[in-house]
Amino acid sequence: MTDHSAPSSNVQQVSGWSALPNSVRVTLLRLIALALIVLTLSLTSEAFLTSNNVLNVLRQTALLFLLASGLTIVILTAGLDLSVGANIGLSACLAATIIKSTGSISLALLAGMGSGFLIGLINGGLIAFLRIPPFIATYGMLWILHGVTYWFMGGETIHGFPADFRAIGSGYLWGIPIPVFLMLAFLLVGMIFLQRTRWGQDIYSVGANREAARLSGIPVNSRLVLAYVMSGLMAGLASLIFLARLNSAEGDIGEAMTLPAIAAVLIGGTSLFGGVGTITGTLIGALILTLVLNGMNLLSINASWQPLVTGVIVIAAVYFDNLSNKGDK
Amino acid sequence: MRVADSSAGFIRQLQKGNSVGASLLLLVLCLLFTVFSENFTSAPNLINIVKQSTILLLLALPMTLIILSEGIDLSMGALLTLANVVLASLVIKFGVLWPAFLLVLILCAFFGWANGLIISKLHIPPFVATLGTLGIAQGGALLVTDGQSVVGIPPEILYFYSGEWMGMAMPFWIAIVACAVFHVLLSHTPWGNHVIALGGNREALTLAGIKADWVLISVYVLSGVMCAIAAVLLTARISSGHPTAALGMEFDAIAAVALGGTSFEKGKGWLWGTVIGVLAVGVLRNGLNLMGVPSAVQVAAIGILVILALMVDGLRDKQND
Repeated sequence: MTDHSAPSSNVQQVSGWSALPNSVRVTLLRLIALALIVLTLSLTSEAFLTSNNVLNVLRQTALLFLLASGLTIVILTAGLDLSVGANIGLSACLAATIIKSTGSISLALLAGMGSGFLIGLINGGLIAFLRIPPFIATYGMLWILHGVTYWFMGGETIHGFPADFRAIGSGYLWGIPIPVFLMLAFLLVGMIFLQRTRWGQDIYSVGANREAARLSGIPVNSRLVLAYVMSGLMAGLASLIFLARLNSAEGDIGEAMTLPAIAAVLIGGTSLFGGVGTITGTLIGALILTLVLNGMNLLSINASWQPLVTGVIVIAAVYFDNLSNKGDK
Repeated sequence: MRVADSSAGFIRQLQKGNSVGASLLLLVLCLLFTVFSENFTSAPNLINIVKQSTILLLLALPMTLIILSEGIDLSMGALLTLANVVLASLVIKFGVLWPAFLLVLILCAFFGWANGLIISKLHIPPFVATLGTLGIAQGGALLVTDGQSVVGIPPEILYFYSGEWMGMAMPFWIAIVACAVFHVLLSHTPWGNHVIALGGNREALTLAGIKADWVLISVYVLSGVMCAIAAVLLTARISSGHPTAALGMEFDAIAAVALGGTSFEKGKGWLWGTVIGVLAVGVLRNGLNLMGVPSAVQVAAIGILVILALMVDGLRDKQND
């Protein structure tokens, strides 16, 4: 666990941040929090440790992680993508329409991923080349996508997809939900990309100090576009899994997922100021958030508390992150 | 360039305040809707535009100050919604407006204070801090109402939206007073200079011995107070409380500020540009409404305009570099 969560030495030089001891500490703290939540829930709710519920938690974590993993890369560049939820909405509706009209699953997958990719590309272009601040560019994009989806769907719902397609979201392999395998695959891909490839290292450098990255010859603009494209692609993938699980598509399908995805990244210890964070942290963050929300469900706490609790967790996560950074300096 | 000197000519102020685009947009929209929609220029419709725009104006004015201070408030729409449902519930309980309004005012001011505190003392970037408090306010509105509408508002409140005073609609008076107060606050008090310095030159502010944190917190408190006032108008307009009443309205406010030429990241802007921006958004929404375009699609149109405005802004900066 520890060797993956430490940003490489190259980043330390750039940011002057003594990463290793702090990152071990941060990961340990989060694992302890995770263990405490699991312990509390298994003591307070009998339904918690049933295999049904555990598989359910894993499935939900997988979806949240896939969405949050792309967002992690964006936040590592000191950016933000507020459009991921609306991206899911449009991509899912496009895929649903294609699968209904052509019956072809591969075309539907292509449509979902393609729409996610395009949205990410536009976001990246607006931010890297037109210098629009990330939060306002992607916030504007959120409302544009929202409107386009509404116009496209006209308030209709599409439901009932072929079993082969639904398997992506609700199927099992050796008794384990298929999204969980996707989660593990993308965890591995994400770790290799960020730690072992040139592009991944560039992402850290761009986030830690953009000017220094530019001076050291990194093509900053194309790395920024890369980050938003990855975030868009992961939103496209998440939209397909979500669609397959729900077995129906509506205009507002992904709306409620932006805040949890950002929360998962921040709980996972990725800094909003860029250059610090890991994909394994995001997995822990997604697991913690899903467990908290699942626990609230099991203890039959009114679902209206969920946005409120998520909001508090976001602020608390950033606050504690700031505290631990301060302690290190 | 700071906030334009009020003694300069109006056209020059438009140029200095980066508001030429918004004025042209307003003009073009008015022409388009006059041609394409029969009812657009009717007197009742024009009054309607001003009335509807007033609620947006009450949010866009503090949003201008917040963006000038290099902040953002994504929680405004959710807070207005929370204020709307709390006000509706309390008015029904008390039977009179004033005690209910007072409590909502305290709630909103406290909420704004918390926003400011989280941003300045906990050093959390404004867009994430207010995204978090957006969730809190949204959850609060759902919890207060249990997801239902609050109905049975006493007719006394409706006066603030549909009533008239000295021959003019009440929202019009409220809009004039709000603009005047904000103009005086921003251009004729030391506090206004401090707010502008927050965005452009925070170091200098601290060096001058002014507590920058408290200036910042006061801006967010003001934003909360304006939400409480807007809640009275909103509650009167829909004569009920609804847990999704104003969700997303912060985007209209941000759009009005951006179209009006206030720039994110530089502490540059002009209050009257925001007023023009509010009218542009109001006219666009009204015209599209008359043409039967659904609200979600209207917002997409506003989003495209905002991105275009920011693109022009970004390209101009690139040229100046």
